[in-house]
Parts: sequence; structure tokens; C-alpha cells
Amino acid sequence: MFGLKQKDATLFLVVVAITALAPFLLNPFPENSELAQFNAGYPDLMQRFMIFGIFAIGFNILFGLTGYLSFGHAAFLGVGSYAGVWMLKLLSMNIIPAIIVSVVVAGVFSLIVGYISLRRSGIYFSILTLAFAQMSFALAYSVLTPITGGETGLQLALDDPRIFGVAQTADGSIPLTNFFGLEMRDGIEIAAGPWLFTLNVGYYLSAIVMLASFYVAIRIFRSPFGMMLKAVKSNQQRMNYTGINPKPYTLAAFVISGMYAGLAGGLMVAMDPLAGAERMQWTASGEVVLMTILGGAGTLVGPLLGAGVIKYFENIFSKINDNILYEWFSFMPGGLQDFFVTIIYPFIGKGWHLTLGIMFMLVVIFLPGGIVEGGKRLGRLFSRKKAEGGGSDATPAASPAE
Amino acid sequence: MDAIILQILNGLDKGSAYALIALGLTLIFGTLGVVNFAHGALFMLGAFCAVTLSRLLQTASVTIDPERTDFLGNPLKVETPYVIEWFGPEVGSLILDWSVPLAILFAIPIMGLIGLAMERGLIKHFYKRPHADQILVTFGLAIVLQEIVKYFYGANPIPTPAPDALVGSLDFGVLVGFDAGTVIYPYWRLIYFVFAAVVIGVVFAFLQFTTFGMVVRAGMADRETVGLLGINIDRRFTLMFAFAAIVAGLAGVMYAPINSPNYHMGMDFLVLSFVVVVVGGMGSLPGAVAAGFLLGVLESFASMPQVVTLIPGINQIIIYLVAIIILLTRPRGLMGRKGVMEA
Amino acid sequence: MGKLYTSRRDLLKGGAAAGIALAAPTIFPSSAWAGFTNEPTGGSVTLGFNVPQSGPYADEGADELRAYELAVEHLNGGGDGGLLSTFSSKALKGTGILGKKVEFVTGDTQTKSDAARASARSMIEKDGAIMVTGGSSSGVAVAVQALCQEAGIIFMAGLTHSNDTTGKDRRRNGFRHFFNSYMSGAALAPVLKNAYGAERNAYYLTADYNWGYTTEQAVREATEGIGWNTVEKVLTPLAATDFSSYIAPVLNSDADTLVLVHYGGNMVNSLTNAVQFGLRDRVVNGKDFQIVVPLYSRLMAKGAGANVKGIFGSTNWHWSLPDEGSKAFTKSFGTKYGFPPSQAAHTCYVQAMLYADAVERAGSFNPCAVVEALEGFEFDGMGNGPTLYRAEDHQCFKDVLVVKGKENPDNEFDLLEIVEVTPVDQVTYAPDHPQFAGGELGACNPGA
Repeated sequence: MFGLKQKDATLFLVVVAITALAPFLLNPFPENSELAQFNAGYPDLMQRFMIFGIFAIGFNILFGLTGYLSFGHAAFLGVGSYAGVWMLKLLSMNIIPAIIVSVVVAGVFSLIVGYISLRRSGIYFSILTLAFAQMSFALAYSVLTPITGGETGLQLALDDPRIFGVAQTADGSIPLTNFFGLEMRDGIEIAAGPWLFTLNVGYYLSAIVMLASFYVAIRIFRSPFGMMLKAVKSNQQRMNYTGINPKPYTLAAFVISGMYAGLAGGLMVAMDPLAGAERMQWTASGEVVLMTILGGAGTLVGPLLGAGVIKYFENIFSKINDNILYEWFSFMPGGLQDFFVTIIYPFIGKGWHLTLGIMFMLVVIFLPGGIVEGGKRLGRLFSRKKAEGGGSDATPAASPAE
Repeated sequence: MDAIILQILNGLDKGSAYALIALGLTLIFGTLGVVNFAHGALFMLGAFCAVTLSRLLQTASVTIDPERTDFLGNPLKVETPYVIEWFGPEVGSLILDWSVPLAILFAIPIMGLIGLAMERGLIKHFYKRPHADQILVTFGLAIVLQEIVKYFYGANPIPTPAPDALVGSLDFGVLVGFDAGTVIYPYWRLIYFVFAAVVIGVVFAFLQFTTFGMVVRAGMADRETVGLLGINIDRRFTLMFAFAAIVAGLAGVMYAPINSPNYHMGMDFLVLSFVVVVVGGMGSLPGAVAAGFLLGVLESFASMPQVVTLIPGINQIIIYLVAIIILLTRPRGLMGRKGVMEA
Repeated sequence: MGKLYTSRRDLLKGGAAAGIALAAPTIFPSSAWAGFTNEPTGGSVTLGFNVPQSGPYADEGADELRAYELAVEHLNGGGDGGLLSTFSSKALKGTGILGKKVEFVTGDTQTKSDAARASARSMIEKDGAIMVTGGSSSGVAVAVQALCQEAGIIFMAGLTHSNDTTGKDRRRNGFRHFFNSYMSGAALAPVLKNAYGAERNAYYLTADYNWGYTTEQAVREATEGIGWNTVEKVLTPLAATDFSSYIAPVLNSDADTLVLVHYGGNMVNSLTNAVQFGLRDRVVNGKDFQIVVPLYSRLMAKGAGANVKGIFGSTNWHWSLPDEGSKAFTKSFGTKYGFPPSQAAHTCYVQAMLYADAVERAGSFNPCAVVEALEGFEFDGMGNGPTLYRAEDHQCFKDVLVVKGKENPDNEFDLLEIVEVTPVDQVTYAPDHPQFAGGELGACNPGA
């Protein structure tokens, strides 16, 4: 099916189904319930799941397959974002040119960085990519302010010289990003009893792009090219002996994953037309590494899961404050309520980083293959005879070993 | 000329901090083969040892002074540190004043224990795991450590001054014939530099001249063979981890008066120190030290107004630019060994 | 075409639909609801408090959050009422806003424009916030202000000092109570002239990002106006932690004054380093060397410890101000939390109050009505003397404080002493002043 093997086709269809139904699945709690805090089915976060999913899938093509650990991928996302916003400013509010240019620009930039960085391997390669990304960030934040907007980020203005389209709408506002007239913020809402679901244009567009990227990634993983990349990881020396030069393959993987990052960046500004320099900082590059490892490096669906988990923590846990905690435990007598709030408070709201750190540690300690590994173990637990649950690739966690 | 001398001093001073952190990182990496992203956090914990000791010394008895008022107009609560009550105002305030140097004694056992606990409790389970896993777990640990510190000490920097006697600066330009006031350098920064040089010297001497150090060096070169010789290399490596933690901690304690410690100072240094380690060459102790000083000096020169005017933004990127150039011209950094973390 | 930000979440929360447990799904396109974004329909209204909770400004953010919680308490009729009694407008009665109980959601900006926008969007899309406020940097303020404009809700800026917020990046739906770079320069220059004379050679160390640029320009133009000479201006990276290599060249210049255009951790470190290098004991050209910090914050002054003593700067508000409004706020805040409020807390509290008052006076939550009520609004009793929310750029015009690090603090919060309260006329500028040129407010956007 779709040119995929049975197992991959099943996995793909499952992902399609989940993304299509995400607005419902992510809003399991009724609007007025206490637990509505944990609902993630609102457009911004769902779009972010998709966008960072694309970013992580692309990163996994490089890291998961070849074992080359880039610490500078956020730079490609950032460069893509800037290119995208400039297209929105200069050309048209239609997101298609913006996204295409984002991908192209990120591709060119990653070709340059990749060409230079891939002359080294291992941690030397990591530091080279890190250096390029940090330079991009530092310059974008400071001396390149006229091009990048610096601290405040690059954003649209009322006097943008838009060639195809208007600088301002009739009522004097900045026009909205659209897909041939269909605005990203449009959508319908479905109220079913106390539940409320939002079906958002921007989300579904991101979802389609994500699914396409995911499909391409599966094809790459299963192609001869993908096999070659895996060979780069497992034994470069043997490749050299057989007379194959691994460099072009690795560089191709690097550029592909850079283009994925550019696509994510373009999509990000299509959903929310502002590009901030912080998205190029090393912490942002580190984040995509963490997403991939957390989900399961080298697996197909792992990066997607990892991206989801980290973005969920960032957006949901950081918003729980002590007032909400007091409401949760309001059924308890005063002293007990205070006790529980005091115990939990350091881990939520402003302490969400702490929870994230603990989660990283727990996952790595107990689930060396990431979340996918956890899924497999669960699968094995429920059906002993079915040896492989989760339907994912069985490649073990990537290891740039000594 | 005087400007250049000053920048060399600044560079050596910055380089001291880089070199000390990079030295610890390399020790851990070279002996245990672990990429420790929590090493910056150890530096930060060291600085907070100084903060903690000064807080402990400030523990005070509270009396109400009805003459004075606080910001709400209520009678002011006057706090008298117990140290002053016990030792009298003179000795007491001297102890308070010298809390940072005292913190060195305080930090050695504490950082050693933290190092041991980290190695035994966490790191030892990761010797055989891929580097990516090591990075993730130590990065997680770094976040946890800094968030704990943030929870107790807040996010703002906490002033931790040097003793009054060491606050001023030395006008040594005069000593070598410059005009007064042109080449002056703060005492504490000079102390930091000397301190770093001593620590680095001790580490090298320890590795070079003691049996323990010899075994560790042998283990760094070929762990398996040393194991086959019947030497319990693991236990020595555990001690090395504690040792590296102490080095990072002391670097932090001494750094506290230079810049007020805050909870994320470890992360600020983490990336830089990795660049330093890699530029020096993975697994090479002299390389790490040399790269630390080199990058420190170059960073200082790049921030001179004349240079920044010539090349805008150079001060933002100098370290990374130099790193790229060095790594492209010398494949394994300054003194890296072949085959270490290259695959 | 309508936008998605509608008010049905509140409708549901309000209980109109809550009773119908298993009714058939109602589907409506988002354009079906005329009105404005997140129109509150139930018995409550939700405000979004978007402040830094992680990262270097977390303490400032925590103080902002305390102020907001206090404001909500006072708006709902709790506590001692705070500034409600001193505020010149008497529209607010302590019965919520337009009779609706005030509720709030919080988020973490991380002092990054991306994260701040994500957090603000979740408040708007998920929690149905009708107004977003807070923040501790200009980058975040400008980014979130643009978002709120797009989404059709009101943004009440927190601590943001760059000219751009109400200059080239101003928006119709956004308002700033905090003062700005220009005002700092205009207020500081005469005081500096009095204290240090008209013949000074100034050396600038400037944080290399937007706020640094506008503040350096403002202070430089103002001091050059009183006759000072600018010797050198050097940009320093945001990521810099050790400023020794920037301080050292000052020794070799003929500068007798150092202006540190730094904020937060940068300011703490650069000031500490400058004092380490003995700059304050220097005598150049027969004059005592001086250091100036254009934007002071008490929280940050604390981080620099004894180094701030005697150093001039400007600030939006200080708890030791003697007017009734300031006293009421300090008492209210201090009683609840045990320490005096910071300037960030003050501006945030006032912003929340001003918003509530504007809604009350407008009789509607509609952003366009609120904008109308706030534009040109004159008020008093909020701690800064008579204040005007100028219609042309949505900037508050009020007295500016010039402060000095206190030599002998009475207690740990008593770090700054007020040197002069610069009258508002002296810091007022034309809306099209060159430092603010290039922006336009555009039209108000009610969203939906």
C-alpha cells in the first residue's frame, strides 16, 4: 500500500488516523472540568506538535540513520523562518511561496554548513555544527538586527511592500496568512455537550504537511539510500573498503534534514508570522536532539512522540499555578490541602523545567530506546506472543560510539 | 601597549575559568568515557557553596528595635549574626568577610560527596551506554540541579563579595614603568588566575607523579588492559569523578566574587567549555588547558573597541569562529588523540 | 471571513450549555458569532498573565505575578482594596469587572519571543482570555503586542523600556504604562549635569540588542544636549557574563564617566566588574570617575550588592514614594507578601487596574471600546502623579524618578533613594519624535 510494506503502511495509517482525530483525542476532558487544564486540543499547540514533529523527523533522518549528531539544526529552522517572514512581507500573504522559499533557503544554508562540518566526524562534527548555529544566533540577535529584527523578532508591519497583495486590509490591519484565501486561523468548532472541539485550518494544513514529510521519511528509511546511511553509522570503514565514498550520502542526509528544518520554520511563520532569534539558540538545537532521543532515535515514529511530549510539557505544565492546585485539592481539609500543594508546587508552573529534567532522566535510565521502547514493552506485556508492539522500526537507539 | 597587556590579563583570567571547567570535563571523559553535560552544574554548585556558607554564617538572632522602622512603618527587626554574638564584632565580622575563602574548605568535602553520589548513583550505569544517552541523562541532571538551586535561592544573582582586604586593584603598570592608573588589575582576579594555575599544576602533578595517577593515566589510554592486570580501575575512576567535581566546584567558589552567582551560570559555561574541550582535542588534558587560555585571550582581544569597530559583531562570534578554523585545520583539535569520539 | 478566537468557551463555562450533557453536537463555523474575540458571556471574565517564570528574569516575573494576584483580589472586592481608594477614576467598585468575577490564567514567557507568543496564544485559544498582560523585556512585549493585535484582544505591556514598544512597533490594541528609553535620558541628563557638571567624557557599554540601541541613543542624545562628549560606544553581547575585557579599555581612554546600558544579569555583572577595576576610585582630567546605569531595578540592584552605592539611574516607580497611591500599594503588597513591591510589580498592578477601569467606563469588553476609553485617559492616584495615556502612541506620560544607590540602607529593601522626581513636562516628546519614528498604530481589532 502506498509503496510501503505492510508494517509501515499500518503504522502510517495509524499516524494518519491519530492526526486526523487529534482535535478530539487531545481534548478528552469537558470544558468546565478541573482536568480541562490538561486538554491540548487548541490550535496553537496542535500546530506546534505537527511543526516540531516535522523538525524532529527530519533530524532523525540525519541522526537516526547516520549517527551524526548535529547540535546546530535549530539554525536551519531559524533561517527558514526568516526567509518565510520576508516572503510574507515582500511577496504575498499566501503561505505557499513562503514555505517553499523557507525550504530552499534552509537547504542552501545546510548545504554550506554540512559541506564544511562533514569534513569531521564524531564530536568534532557536533561542535562545528554548534559553532555555526551559535554564530547565526548571536549575529541575528545583534548586528543583523536590520534583517532579522533582533531582540524583538522579525514581524509584519503595516507598511510592508507586498507585491502580490495589500499592505493593509480595508480596515487598517495587517492581513492574515492564508492558503489561497483560506486563512490559517479559520475553522469550525463543535460543541458536543460539555465538550468543545476546534477543527482549525492551520492545524490540518500542518498535519497534511507533516504526514507528507512522515511518508517521505518512511520511504527514505526503506530505500537503498537509507540502507547506505545506516551503513555509514554501523561501519564507515567497511564502506570505504568496498570503494563507496560515504561523504555524498551523509551530505545528502544532512541537507534533507536541513530542508525538513526549513519546512518546519516556514510552517511556523505561516501559522504565526513572527521569527525570533531564540529559535536558533543552542537550547533550541538541543531540544530537537532531546525530542529525538526521548522518542527513540532511529525509529520512525519516535521523534514525533518525543516532540509531542516535550511541547506538551512546555505548554501545559508551565500554565498550572498554585491557584489551580488549590482548586484541585479543595476537597481536602485545609492542612492536607496545603501539604499537597506544597509537595506538588515545585514541579509545575514555574517549576516545569524540573519535571522535564526528571522525565529525561527517568526515560533514559529505564527506557534506553525512548518512548517507542516503552510502547514496545507495554505491547509485549499485553500480548506475550506478539513479539513486536508499537509497529515501529526495531533499530536500536543511535550511538555515535567510540 | 598598556591596553594589550590588560587584555592579555583579562584573557588569562577568563581562560582560567574555561580551563578549569574543561580540565574537569576532560578528566571525566578521559577516564570514564562519559560525556558529562552536568559539569557546568557542578561549577554552579561550587559557586552556591560559597553562597550557602555565607548564608549559614549570616544565621542570626532577631531582636526588635523600636527606634527604627521597616518599609511598612512597623518596628524594625534587627538581625545579629550568631557569629558576631559568639566571637564579638571584630572577629565575627572578619569571619563573615572571609566567607568566600572559607568556602573553599567547605566546598571540598561537599563537592566530593556530590561527585561520589553522582557517579555511584547515576553515571556508573551509563559507562556502556551510547554517548547520546549519556548526554541526555546528564543534561536532565543539570536541569534538575539548577532548578533545585533556583527553588531555594531564586533566579536573581546573589552578591558574594571577596574579603574587603582583597577588593581593590593592583597598579602594577607603575612597577614596570607605565603611567599610574593605566595597567591596574583587580586583586581577586589575579588570585583567581594564580589559584587556577595551582589547581592545574596539582592535577598534572598528581597524574604524573603518583602511582594512583599513573594507573589512571594507563586506564585512560587502555582501560581493558589495565583491568586485565588485576587493577580495580573502576574504584579509581569513581575517585577521579569526585576529584573532577571538586575541581569544578572550586572553580565555582572562587568565581563567585567575580560575578554574582545565579542558578543558570552553569549552563552559560557549559557550551563554551565543550567548545574548549573539543578545540583542545578530545581526551587531552594539556589540550583542554591550552585551548581554555587561547580562547580566553582571543575573546578578550575581540572585545576591544578598535577591533569591534573594524569588524562589527566579531566579539559575538570569535570563540565559535576560532573553533571552526582550528577544527578545519587540525582535524582533532589542538592535541586530540586519534579515534577518540570521532565515529 | 471570521477568525477562530470566539467566545463560546466562555459560553460553555458560563453554564448555558453545561447542563445539556449528551445533546447532539452543535457545529458552527467560527464566523457565525458576531462580536469580538473571547467575549465573556458567563459570570466571569478571564485575564491572561504572561510573565517570565523560568530563565534569568524569573524573580521579576514572580513579583509581577504577585502584583496581578493582588490586583485580581482587589478587583473582586477582597483584601484592603489597594489603589481602588486612591485611583482618581471611581468606576471600579470591587465587584469584578462589569459585575463579572475576575479569573486569571498564567503562563511562562521564558523571556523568549517565541515562547511568549505560544503562551499568549494558548491563553487566547484555550482559556478564552480577554486581555493579556505582563512580561519583562521589550522583545517579548513587542512580539506579544503584535499577536494580541492580530487576535483582537487587548495587550497591557508589563516591564518594557525600549522606545520601540510605543515607537516603531506600536499597535492599536497595545498599551504601555512603563516609561521608556527617551524618558530615562531626558530625566537623567539635568540631574547628571547638576551632580557631575557639563563637561564630561562619556564611555558607553551597550547591550547589543534593540533595547540597548534605543536606550543608548536616548541617553547619548540627552547628555550631549547638556554638553557631554561621547568618547566611545561599545556593544557587548547579551551572552557576555564577564565584562572585564570591555571595562579594561575604559582605563586607557580619557573617559571620566561610564554609562552602562545593561539590564538584568548583564547590569549586575558589568557594574560589579567596573567596580572591581577600581573605576570609582579613579580621577580623570581632575574629575572623579563616575558610573551611570540608565535603567535601574531594585531586584537587580540587590544582585549587585554594595556596588550600586551612589550610582545614578532612573526607575519607573519606587516603593518609598510618599504619595498616597504609592503608600497604599506598598502597604497592600507588603502586608500580603512581607516585602515591598518592585517597579515591575507596580506597573503590572496598575496596568491590570487601568484595563479593568477602562472596561467599566466603556461599559463593554469590546477591545475597540476599551481602546477608546484608554486613549487620552487622564488619571491620578496610581503612584506616579497625574498621568496621561496618550492617544497617539498609547504611551503613559508621567513623572520619572531619578534614583541613586543608597549609601547607608536602613533595611535590605532600602537600596535606592529618590534623587529627583522629574516632572512629566520635561520627559514629554512629540509622537513623531525621530527616536519613535516609523510606526503606526493601525486600526483597533476586535477579532472574531
